[in-house]
Amino acid sequence: MLKYWFAGHLALGLAQAALAASVALVVMFIARRRNIHLEKDISLALIRGIVQITAVGTVLVLLLRGPRWTGGLILLAMIFAAATISARRVRAIPHAWKVSLYGILAGAGSVIALMSLAGVIDSAITALVPVGSMLIANAMNANSVALERFRSDVQAHVGQIEAALALGAVSQVSVFPYAQASFRASIIPAIDNLRSLGIVWIPGLMAGMVLSGSPPVYAAVYQFVVIAMIFSSSSLTCLVSTSLVRQNVFSEADQLLLRSSMQIAQ
Amino acid sequence: MTTTLPVLRTERLGRTVGQSVLVSDVTIEVPRGEVLAVVGPSGAGKSSFLRLLNRLDEPTSGSFSIEGRDYKEFPPRELRQSVGLVMQTPFLFPGTVEMNLQFGPAQRGRALGPSEINSLLERVGLLGYEHRDVTTLSGGEAQRVSVARALANDPVLLLLDEPTSALNEEAKMGVEQLLLEIVHASHLTCVVVTHDRAQAARMADRVMVMETGRVQKIGTVAEVFGA
Repeated sequence: MLKYWFAGHLALGLAQAALAASVALVVMFIARRRNIHLEKDISLALIRGIVQITAVGTVLVLLLRGPRWTGGLILLAMIFAAATISARRVRAIPHAWKVSLYGILAGAGSVIALMSLAGVIDSAITALVPVGSMLIANAMNANSVALERFRSDVQAHVGQIEAALALGAVSQVSVFPYAQASFRASIIPAIDNLRSLGIVWIPGLMAGMVLSGSPPVYAAVYQFVVIAMIFSSSSLTCLVSTSLVRQNVFSEADQLLLRSSMQIAQ
Repeated sequence: MTTTLPVLRTERLGRTVGQSVLVSDVTIEVPRGEVLAVVGPSGAGKSSFLRLLNRLDEPTSGSFSIEGRDYKEFPPRELRQSVGLVMQTPFLFPGTVEMNLQFGPAQRGRALGPSEINSLLERVGLLGYEHRDVTTLSGGEAQRVSVARALANDPVLLLLDEPTSALNEEAKMGVEQLLLEIVHASHLTCVVVTHDRAQAARMADRVMVMETGRVQKIGTVAEVFGA
């Protein structure tokens, strides 16, 4: 319908964005009626989202014309940004940024490097950056879920953890069950993506490849390749971050640091 | 000439978090076999004091020693094995009673034999409970298991943090009586935190009264509570 009213690409894109944002605003008002106040969060996120993606799109147009090595730089910058965003979710965890950075570097970074060297990801900047960014974004989401789940589980089980410490347990052993649970929770979306591929959703990459003339079967197989890489990079990210985070929630004298201020003041 | 070192000695021990003074200037000695009760109103710093002795929290001033050895000379895990802590809530680990008793010794690579398990369970009046799942225990039984779990490490000092306050009246008296028997039979040195003055009088040789993190009074039961 919009196509009939808006002729140019830019005008059409803006109209589509406005319509999509207005649906989000409707959801926000419904939530507000139920006393769930998300106005500030959703409004800011919508504005940030459109500004960021437009700015990045513009920069990408310039960078994609550059030499191949700039692809690596772009992805590295994305990893730093992903670590920063993920760490903001779990400010209570000491050194959350470092944990997130090492996790995403080890997970998404290593899978991107390995798959590029093997030729699974085309090293041309136009392929490397979009595919790499998908792996990084998913690794970031999984990392946020893992660390947030770990924080909430540890804070909810301070008594059990300190009971173990009080009996002489190794600090990292005392939080091991919570690290395991958070790892499991963090990879559920990646597993579900693999399971539901082609049945519940046909991802954008495949649709794009088909539209741009790739054979549909190859596009389908390559979509599986991408989803499998997302699973590997997200899982590896969370394996590393949940291992590292266990060290960071204890002091040098094996005292649990991740306690609420009320628990600390007791 | 031989001198007998106190099991616990604190020297101006304190902990401050931000602007809050949780414990301040606590200087005491607890000789072998003595039961010291720490009493005071809520927020007096009783539990905070106990947490310092097990090094679950770090002192920010002063020091303490166990059998003459400064706490900083102990690796934290070794200190915690020497200083048993029974909390207000038992916080048993999922599994059987035996798995809970094995937990402490397993941390230093030791496994308790069946006779040691039976002996521990007999001390807390739960003989035959070794294969019971902890979810099937009553509040009083769970607290008895947590006492046995602390004793499994063979501590030189036992810290009891309001050990009966989460129990009903009947279970409370049973656990209190049991603790008294264990402490006296083993000649165990013990610091017990309680808000119940009558319980302190029944259990302790000496009483320390705390308020706003400081020691207000310390002496025998008669000296502190009056004749």
